[in-house]
Formats: sequence, C-alpha cells, structure tokens
Amino acid sequence: MIPALIGGVLIGLAAIWMYASLGRVAGISGIFSQALRAPFSNASWAMAFVVGLGAGGWLVTLLVGARPQEMPFDAVLLLVGGVIVGFGTRLGSGCTSGHGVCGVARLSRRSIVATCIFVALGMVTGTLLHGVLS
Amino acid sequence: MTRLFAAFAGGLLFGMGLVVSGMTEPARVIAFLNIGPDWNAALIVVMVSALLVTLVGYRLLAGRVAPLFDEVFHTPTNQTLDVRLMTGAALFGVGWGVAGYCPGPAIVGGFLLDERALVFLVGYLIGALAFEGYDRKVSQPALADG
Repeated sequence: MIPALIGGVLIGLAAIWMYASLGRVAGISGIFSQALRAPFSNASWAMAFVVGLGAGGWLVTLLVGARPQEMPFDAVLLLVGGVIVGFGTRLGSGCTSGHGVCGVARLSRRSIVATCIFVALGMVTGTLLHGVLS
Repeated sequence: MTRLFAAFAGGLLFGMGLVVSGMTEPARVIAFLNIGPDWNAALIVVMVSALLVTLVGYRLLAGRVAPLFDEVFHTPTNQTLDVRLMTGAALFGVGWGVAGYCPGPAIVGGFLLDERALVFLVGYLIGALAFEGYDRKVSQPALADG
C-alpha cells in the first residue's frame, strides 16, 4: 500500500505542476495524440511530456531495478484491448489521468460520469474475462 | 524552451508515479478490475491519493490569473454529457479490463521496451487512427442535406 500511496502522490504532484507551469490538464491520451500530430513543432510541450514519462519510468527502474513481469504475454488480449482503448479514449476525450484524476479534481461532471462508467465497465470486463470465464 | 523543460519535468514525475504505484504491471491492474477472491484494492489507493493531491493543488491555484510559463490556463470548457463521452468511456473501460493497460502506463512500458506494452500501443494507434477516420466521416455535413 505504501508504494501505491507514494505513486499516487507523485501523479498528483505531476498534475499540479502541469497546471501551475503550463496551465494544462495532465490527460495522457490527449497529450499523446497532440504529441503524435506535431512531434517536432515548436509548441510540442506535449512531446516533451511524453518523453518525460519514459524518462521517469526509466529513472525508477534504474533506482530500484526492473520489476518482474507478472502478467503473461497474450498478444491477442493486448492488441484487442489496445484498439478498444485507442478508439474509446479519443471518442470519450480522456482516460484515467484526464478524466479520473484531473477532471474529477476539477469537479467536472463530464469527467465524474466518464470515470464512473470506465471503472464500472473495466470491473465487469475484468471480472468476466480474467475471473469468471478464465 | 522553458515550456519544454516544464512539460518534461511533469512527464518525469508522472512516469515515476506510474511505475512506483505498480500501474505499469497489467497484472496489478487486472487484480483490481477482477473482483474475486484475490481482489487487490491497491489501485484505489493510487487513484484516490492522486485525486486528493490534485484536488488540493487545483484549489490552491484557483486564484491565479495565468500559469508560470503561459498566458492562459487551458482548462476544458465542455460541460455537455453526450453519447460520445459515455460510449467512449464505456469502450475505454472494456479495453482496460481486457488488457490491463490504460494509455499512461502503456507509454511508460513502451519506453522500457516491455513487449506487452509495445503490442498494446500498436493496437492503441490502430484504434486512435480508426477514430480519426470515423470522426472525419461523422463530422462531415451530409451532401444530401444541401
């Protein structure tokens, strides 16, 4: 529980910093699509954020070592899940970070509704696919 | 240049948080989304602590006229609860439950060359491109309507 708490606080601090410094909501799906659209433009703070994500992951791995992989590799689940998440986060204008953390923190009713929906559907799908039916 | 460094720093903190919290391991995410005998509530701690810190931070920043390195705050203004939002959120939830990845941890995992994250990201890009095509199609005014 302690790593979960520390990780959550770091994510919160990152969200505050993005808003305080650049006035941006730290919604990763939105930032990612912006980064891919204009990766090297002058305005590409989005690409700098994405590269920062990788650097942060790399830094933790360097400090505490790589985590052993617990979930076995299943190309079909990963690919299908990826397609649905790619389409869904664009259609719904956000993901866990943009709606779940930043949007709910802004008390945006769109984000509160979206978060309730994706957590509920995630649990139904996860329970069926990885629990009941597996 | 300042903006690029600021954004990089924000990404760095965020990426560290995602790895430390365990969200880059899809097994942990599935252990939270699969409500069974081995249910793991750790992800609630991640989400709630991130949310509370952000909530307090946003409150403290509420009186500001502009961010440090930009002229205005780019706060989303859309307030409409529409079918797009709800369908998109529902699809995202399903995909999250299928693969155990949401976009942030997948990007971090991709940089760490985790092959699971890389395969997920290939699917993600296909899905995002499919959305671009769909969006162009539906937002084009129908010719028959003149």
